Amino acid sequence: MNELLLVLPPLIFALGGVVLLMVDLAIPRERKSLTAGMAAVVSAAAALCAILQWGLAGSGFQGMISVDGVALALDALVGVIGVMTIGLSLRYNALRGILRGEFFVLMLFSLSGMALIGHAANLLTIFLAIELLSIPLYVLSGIARPRLDSEESAMKYFLLGAFASGFLVFGMALVYGATGQLSLTGIARTLITSTSVPLLVVGAALMLVGLGFKVAAAPFHMWTPDVYQGAPTTVTAFMSTATKAAGFVALLRVFGVALGDLANVWQPAFAALSALTMMIGNLGALTQINLKRMLAYSSIAHAGYLLMGLAAGGVSGVRGVVFYLPAYAAASLAAFAAMTAAHNGEEDQSISAYAGLSRTRPGWALVMAVAMLSLLGIPPTAGFVGKYMLFQSAIDVGLVPLAVIGVLTSVVSGYYYLRVIVTMYFEAPPEGVAVTKGNRLSLHWVTGAIAAAASIVLGILPAPLINAVTAGVTSIR
Amino acid sequence: MQMLILLPILLPLAGMLINAAFGARLGHRTVGAIATTAVAAAFALSVYFFAQVAGAPDHAVSGNFGPWINVAELEVPYGFRIDALSATMMLIITGIGGLIHLYSIGYMKGDPRTQRFFVYLNLFVASMLTLVMADNFLLLFVGWELVGLCSYLLIGFWFSNIKNAEAGRKAFVVNRIGDVAFVLGVLLIFATFGALGFKEVFEKAEHLKPESAGVLTVITLLLFGGATGKSAQLPLYVWLPDAMAGPTPVSALIHAATMVTAGIYMLIRSHVLLEHAPVAMQVIALVGAVTAFMAGFVALTQWDIKKVLAYSTVSQLGFMVAGVGLGALVGAQFHLLTHAFFKALLFLAAGSVIHGMEHLTLTTGRHDSDPQDMRNMGGLRAKMPITTATFIIGGLALAGIPPLAGFWSKDEILAAAARTSPAVLVLLGVTAAFTAFYVGRQIYLVFFGAPRSEAASHAAETAPTMTVPLIVLAALAVLGGLLNLPAGFPAEGWLGHWLESVIGKEPHAPLDLALAGFFVVLAVAAIAFAVSLYRRFVKATQADPLERLGALHGLSFNKWHLDGLYRAVLIKPFYAGASFLARIFDQGGIDGLVNGVGALTRELSVTLRELQTGFVRSYGLITLLGAVAVVAYFLFTLFNGIRP
Repeated sequence: MNELLLVLPPLIFALGGVVLLMVDLAIPRERKSLTAGMAAVVSAAAALCAILQWGLAGSGFQGMISVDGVALALDALVGVIGVMTIGLSLRYNALRGILRGEFFVLMLFSLSGMALIGHAANLLTIFLAIELLSIPLYVLSGIARPRLDSEESAMKYFLLGAFASGFLVFGMALVYGATGQLSLTGIARTLITSTSVPLLVVGAALMLVGLGFKVAAAPFHMWTPDVYQGAPTTVTAFMSTATKAAGFVALLRVFGVALGDLANVWQPAFAALSALTMMIGNLGALTQINLKRMLAYSSIAHAGYLLMGLAAGGVSGVRGVVFYLPAYAAASLAAFAAMTAAHNGEEDQSISAYAGLSRTRPGWALVMAVAMLSLLGIPPTAGFVGKYMLFQSAIDVGLVPLAVIGVLTSVVSGYYYLRVIVTMYFEAPPEGVAVTKGNRLSLHWVTGAIAAAASIVLGILPAPLINAVTAGVTSIR
Repeated sequence: MQMLILLPILLPLAGMLINAAFGARLGHRTVGAIATTAVAAAFALSVYFFAQVAGAPDHAVSGNFGPWINVAELEVPYGFRIDALSATMMLIITGIGGLIHLYSIGYMKGDPRTQRFFVYLNLFVASMLTLVMADNFLLLFVGWELVGLCSYLLIGFWFSNIKNAEAGRKAFVVNRIGDVAFVLGVLLIFATFGALGFKEVFEKAEHLKPESAGVLTVITLLLFGGATGKSAQLPLYVWLPDAMAGPTPVSALIHAATMVTAGIYMLIRSHVLLEHAPVAMQVIALVGAVTAFMAGFVALTQWDIKKVLAYSTVSQLGFMVAGVGLGALVGAQFHLLTHAFFKALLFLAAGSVIHGMEHLTLTTGRHDSDPQDMRNMGGLRAKMPITTATFIIGGLALAGIPPLAGFWSKDEILAAAARTSPAVLVLLGVTAAFTAFYVGRQIYLVFFGAPRSEAASHAAETAPTMTVPLIVLAALAVLGGLLNLPAGFPAEGWLGHWLESVIGKEPHAPLDLALAGFFVVLAVAAIAFAVSLYRRFVKATQADPLERLGALHGLSFNKWHLDGLYRAVLIKPFYAGASFLARIFDQGGIDGLVNGVGALTRELSVTLRELQTGFVRSYGLITLLGAVAVVAYFLFTLFNGIRP
């Protein structure tokens, strides 16, 4: 019983999903918002549970599972992201005709996988958790069937995801071969004495490929723009925030905990991937005319910034990563919220469709503007604080060139983020668009406003979260 | 208690936010009521804190809201502290500010941008409160800059007229010049003392070695440079007279309760530094006296009712600055206080006059004369009795006629000058005579004689929301002197005692009857002279009797040609240099480079996009190639001798 406490948040997601799957059968087709509400309650309960468990540390299930500050932080983060995604989904999914019970059930299953990554203390658990988070996402991407772009998105995601999983599992096998261990701490223990270091290193490289795919690090990012663009926007929002967070925690577990003593072999590679990802993400976003696709590239670019924190390592680097994940999630959710709300019904994804939004939908224009500024990293937004911490950690360990690339690519990103603001605020709205004075108080609006407000509050008062994150990071085991 | 100290700032801020968010739906009257209530509540809190400060053992209430900036040795908290000086300033800001808010409801009636006006006005009050409540130089600077921003927004409030927009810009730019000096001063303070909190800095300044006194002189002169911007002293006072382009309540707010008092406040606040820099003190005294004289001289010949008052403000600020320079800190603060009363009164009464003069235009739509030009006025006494009576009280207070407030405070500064610096005394004495003259001239031209235009003969008294603040302010202008009576009177030197905890004990002199008597006689004579001159001014087209002075009149009327001088000496060369840099250097060199880099980046982006074919097989191939590269890279680092 005590051991169950160690995995309580992922367990809540999973059990909630199972129960909801059955309850949903009894809910009539036109009342699916009830399912959504229950899923939100489950998600919130898991997040709350993680917060209440704060400070808990230990391991169990014969060393398959452990819990520490980062695990609980990830539980809370994905739980909150889950609630907010559901908040955005109700209206959007209804308009797109995909307000189905299984949507929310699948999301809960995926969330349980994400949360489990934080608690994983064994390569097998990690692999299991990653598949658990991925498979529901493949389905979610294609849930807007029979829309072609949605189906295409699901198919591509699945094929390439399976390919990447192959790399991951093969890498794990090689590491096992080299060390004879599957548990993370076991690997760390035998690392020094291992007689077949080349085998170990190849295994590590292949695991980096597999996990790099999940967080959309270049050059394993190719799927991201197509999948993000085709998937329903709420799924995209979910993927770009929660999945990325889970992927980075997996990287942290495998490379920080298990292969920590091999750092001088993998950290240069992380730095190189970080530089490449920042450049490709930002350059790719530069010439996009489709907002959703631009946000996909932006998501790649942010994976690059986050990789910088792992390349720098140490408490300050990891702390930067764990702080940046919620900061990025808030801004990203705000952007997707504004995007889905700006046009009623059929969404228009081209940036030019947002011309004059400040006059037609001033509230949403503001939310979008805050999101763009936070993604760009302008004070006083959370994005600024996060980038500052990441760049600082890189400079501290002497990775100055990497920080310089980060700053320069951020400058490049100013072009495409600010262009959205310019379009919204300085261009005339298209003919025949009704002006909406103020926003009706809807769930969608509240969700978007909270995300935008979080971006600003975390920028002005970052200290409480930084302190919590520091405490969490120093408790990693 | 901790949180409560923020409330005086938060209330106007909340008023601002409410009005900004919902003002469009609330209607102009409600917007005005919300804004006024917010400031009135802040006033009530200021009274409360005033009592708290009086009762506190160390005569201060403070609140610290955690660190703001912590970089290396620089530690700046969100720290606020209300002491006797801050509490006095808070009462002025919120009290007079509140009356101006109330007055604005009537004054801005019918203006389509009333909502925006009150939003700015509330922000102005909140910024000014931040300035006086900060417990360190950096937070003070935040308020300082916000005040500058608000003045820019409000002076240029009617921006559709290009002249108003230009006045706003001028205020902004000129203030910016002063701000640079101020920032340099603050940086030098940090470099010298390693701290920015008032308490730490002043403690360390007391124990500074004598050989570093030179640094203190530089610091104080730089701080004073900042004050010349905000408090409109030479050479930066040129923005203030133009600032009357804004709506009249804004002029009252800028000239009396906020903004211009910021520089004086900052100087008094830094008095510890000043006391160790005697050279800087002399400079300050002299600059103040010369400013007072020059601005008073300009005010003699202006026709615009608000322009006279504007130059009068510059001149009176010169009195205060001279007072600071002479070491008469209580006198300076006392004059700041009384000046806030009677100058707010004069501006609001002038606004009422302008409103009265516009009555004809508003009722009949006819527009035949400039409602601010005193030549078009005359005889308003009969039409606007309340405005007349209150304006005269304010004017006489300004002229220094006993027993009105201005007499007592001006006398303190003059007495201090008589004790220490004859040059300053002469300059200020002449200015006092000028002041009485232009006050007499203005009062006579506006309210007495016969109406000189149709607008003047159809003027009407304004609404109670406008006249009530006038009456309250008039009472303050009459009674303000009681706050710091000379030695020998009952309740003598109250303000001096009150400020003792901040600026230490200052000797309190009895009234010098000879000196005071001389200046009163001088003032009365100047007023009488003005009246006798302007009795014969009966037609709007007539020449000013002062034109007989010839070149001197020209010098005064054209404001010493200072604007022209600045244009020729500073602005033109600056423009020439800037346009060289802009055309040749920037557009040719830098822009070429920047655009080149931009174009290259774009090209890269386009190339990258072509890789994104959309085919899963090519994506898979790239992933595979990437995997090979990563594995190779790992093995490469491994075999290059890097062992775990």
